[in-house]
Formats: sequence, C-alpha cells, structure tokens
Amino acid sequence: MIKTSALSKTFPGGVEAVRGVDMAVEAGEIVGFLGPNGAGKTTTMRMLTTLLTPSGGSATVAGHDLVTGPREVRRRIGYVSQGGGIGPADPVGEELELHAMLYGMRPAEARERVAELLDLFSLTGLADRPGGALSGGQRRRFDLAFGLVHRPSLLFLDEPTTGLDPQSRADLWAHIRRLRDEHGLTVFLTTHYLDEADALADRLIIIDHGVIVAEGTPAGLKGGTGTLDDVFLSITGRSLRDGTTDEGR
Amino acid sequence: MTVVRDTWLIFRHNVRISLRQKAGIVFGVLQPLLYLALFGPLFATIGTWEILVPGLLLQVALFSAGMAGFGIVFDARSGVLERLRVTPAHRVALLLGRVLGTSVTLLIQSVVLVAAGYAFGLRAPVPGALAGLVLMILLGIGLAALSNAIALTMNPDAFAPVMGTAMVPLLLLSGAFLPMSMAPGWLDALSRVTPFRHVLEALRELFAGRYATGTVAAGVAVALALAVACVAVGTRVFNRENA
Repeated sequence: MIKTSALSKTFPGGVEAVRGVDMAVEAGEIVGFLGPNGAGKTTTMRMLTTLLTPSGGSATVAGHDLVTGPREVRRRIGYVSQGGGIGPADPVGEELELHAMLYGMRPAEARERVAELLDLFSLTGLADRPGGALSGGQRRRFDLAFGLVHRPSLLFLDEPTTGLDPQSRADLWAHIRRLRDEHGLTVFLTTHYLDEADALADRLIIIDHGVIVAEGTPAGLKGGTGTLDDVFLSITGRSLRDGTTDEGR
Repeated sequence: MTVVRDTWLIFRHNVRISLRQKAGIVFGVLQPLLYLALFGPLFATIGTWEILVPGLLLQVALFSAGMAGFGIVFDARSGVLERLRVTPAHRVALLLGRVLGTSVTLLIQSVVLVAAGYAFGLRAPVPGALAGLVLMILLGIGLAALSNAIALTMNPDAFAPVMGTAMVPLLLLSGAFLPMSMAPGWLDALSRVTPFRHVLEALRELFAGRYATGTVAAGVAVALALAVACVAVGTRVFNRENA
C-alpha cells in the first residue's frame, strides 16, 4: 500500500528533514509511525499525502507514484491532519457534502454517504452545527468522517487523539480498529502516545533524525521485557516528547 | 470537465458562506454609501454623479475583493485549506471557485451602490451601468485572486495592515474622488502606471453612455489582463507546496 525508496526532503536553507527513508506498508495493516519531535514524521507524512514534493527518492502510495500521479494518489487516500480541517463557522454536514462531491460523488450520493458516516461515528443530529460548536471528541470524529468520506483504501492520521480526554481517545481507537477489521482499511498514523501505538498498531516504524532507526511489532520491539518507553529511549536516546517542535519538519 | 465542476462546487459553497455573513456584505458597502450621502452633494457642486459613482464602485472593489484573502487566512489556520488540498480537486478550481464567490458579494454591493446613486441623482444609461457592473466583476476577479495569493504568501498577521495601507494610495491614484486630469503632471503620470485608473476611466465612459471608445477598450483590456495574470499567479501559489 505504501512503498518508499530513499525518500528524502531538504528544505530551502539546507535543512534535511528526511534523509533516505525506505519503508513498506501492507494492505490492511495499522502502522504506527513514531519519532521524537523534529524527527521527520510530519514531513514524511506530508510527502506521502502529496502536500510536499520529495527532494529525492521515490514512493508509491495506493498503487500510484507520488510525483507523477499525485491526483491519483489523492483519490485513494484519506488524510486527517493533527489540527483537523473544520472551520468554526460553517455547518459541518454541508462541508462534508462538499468534500464528498469533490471526490466525484453526485449530490444524492454525497448526502447518503454523509448520513452513513454520521451514523457510523454517532454524530447524527450534529450536521447543522458549526464546527466551533462541537466538542473536541465530536470534532475529531468529524475529522475522521472527512478522511473517510470517499471510502479510501489508505488513511493517514496525524496525531489523531492529541488533546482528547481518555474516553474520547478510547472511542476513537475503537472506531479505527473497526474500520480496519470490517472494511480492510490500511491505517498509517503518527502519535505521541506510546500506549496508543501499543494498543492500536500491528507494526511500528521509528524515525529519528530523518532516518528509520527501528521497525517491528510492538511485542517484538519490546522483546518481552521492557516497555515501549524503554525501547524508544534506548533506540533514540530521547523520550517521545523530547526535542524541538516538529512543526514544519 | 472536472475543473468546471470543481469550480462550480467551490463557488456555490463560498456564495452560501458569504450570503450567511450579511453583516460583512452590509459593512462592505456602508462606507461608499456614506461617501455618496455625505460627500456626494458636495462633489456635485464641482462634478457629476456619473463621475463620483464609478469612483465609489472602484472603492468597493478595492476594499471588498482586495481584502478577500482574509477568508483564506482563516481557512489556512483552521486546516480547511489543507483538507481541500488533499482532495483530487483541481488547484485552479480551489482558487477560481473562491474568487468567483467573492465576485458575487462584490456584485451585490455594487448593485446597492448604483441603485442608491440613482436615488441621489445619477443619470447613467442602464446599459452603461450594466456594462460597468460587468467590468467591476472582471476587476473583482483579478483583485480577489491577487489578494488570495498575497494572503498565502505573507505572514497572516501582516495581511490586514499591509493590504489596508496599500489600498488607500491605489484608490487615490485611480482618481476615484477627483479626476486625475486635475492633478499635477507627476501625479498624473504616476496614476497612469496603476491599472485602476484605466479601469475607472472606462467605467466613467460607460456611465456617460459612451461605449465604443479607446478608453473603454483600454480599461476592459487592463481589467482582463489583470484577471488572467492574477488567476495565473494565484494558481501557482496554490500549487506551491507550502501554501
């Protein structure tokens, strides 16, 4: 579903945010992409979602080349950014319908799909509310609905549960698991929460200083003795929340 | 023709949003209406309503379409823009739909202003006024596209003060309040460098009932060139990876 080879990104000014990433994600997997702040997670995810153009290397996402077929990639992936994408003033249901139609759905089909998603994420009755009138958990579920409106085969989630209370986090985890189990969705997610990575991901890929430093199943990485925190610290020399901000890297 | 369909979808959505913000539409036309009511009678002692009303229309265009980039600043901050950029929608549609939506707001404001102008004593022929409105829409497309491009390029906090400051000299140099033929030579020459003077002179010709003139042709050509160039620049900025 994702295959990268020597994928790199150097920003103007010479900052090498990603330095030759090789990785593969199989269909139906939930993969946790971990790294300390500034490790290159967000830059990698932004390249894989066509928001950034790679400086070097190659990548195939959902069967299409990232550089030569970005629109084909966009048709097949869903993306939920860290901050979400819901304006404060506009009715979310209307925004969701527009989003569906931008993927080629006819109006009736879009309305039907929106109703289906509202039901799936227990959001029925909230479609007429402006984004600013939703709770954090409701907003995050709407973000997921935006990412899934066109039935993508691959969903990118950037820090999906940041800022949510424990109950909302647990609800969201349940939704993500159900989407994989019932619909075969492939999920590629970054997270700052090791418990989240442990609970959700089939496999973890750890990036530091722009290169992949470890990958494996959570159990395999822990080796039956330590915790993921210990593993992470021993591999990167830093805890997950150390370092500079990841913004723009 | 997915570009046309995507543009229509974005346009329709933006018009709905704009029409919900009635206060924005009203306040956008309030200042020119106050000029019409409080400055118009004074101006009418030395000029005509056919000179003043086109100037006020240009003022509406500059401050309404010229500030359109505000919307994209909010959309960028709330993540809406990034969400749209991950869809397969054409980049030109994301810009053009938004820009055409702004033009509808500008059209409503312009119609209100012209209608008020007639109430005060404007005697422009209706075909001339209608042609003038079309010219204003063309100008509005260029201005809104440029405004969106600037908003995506510069520090969002600086957008309002920079644009606000730029609009005033552009408005004065266009000859909106007094014809630039009354200006000293250097000021007259400077004003000819700005596109808005040419558009305004064409607008005044149309309001005077003169259609097939070189001034009208020049104004339409300038407005058209501005619209094409600004949409091209705006699309390029939309395509840029960090926009």
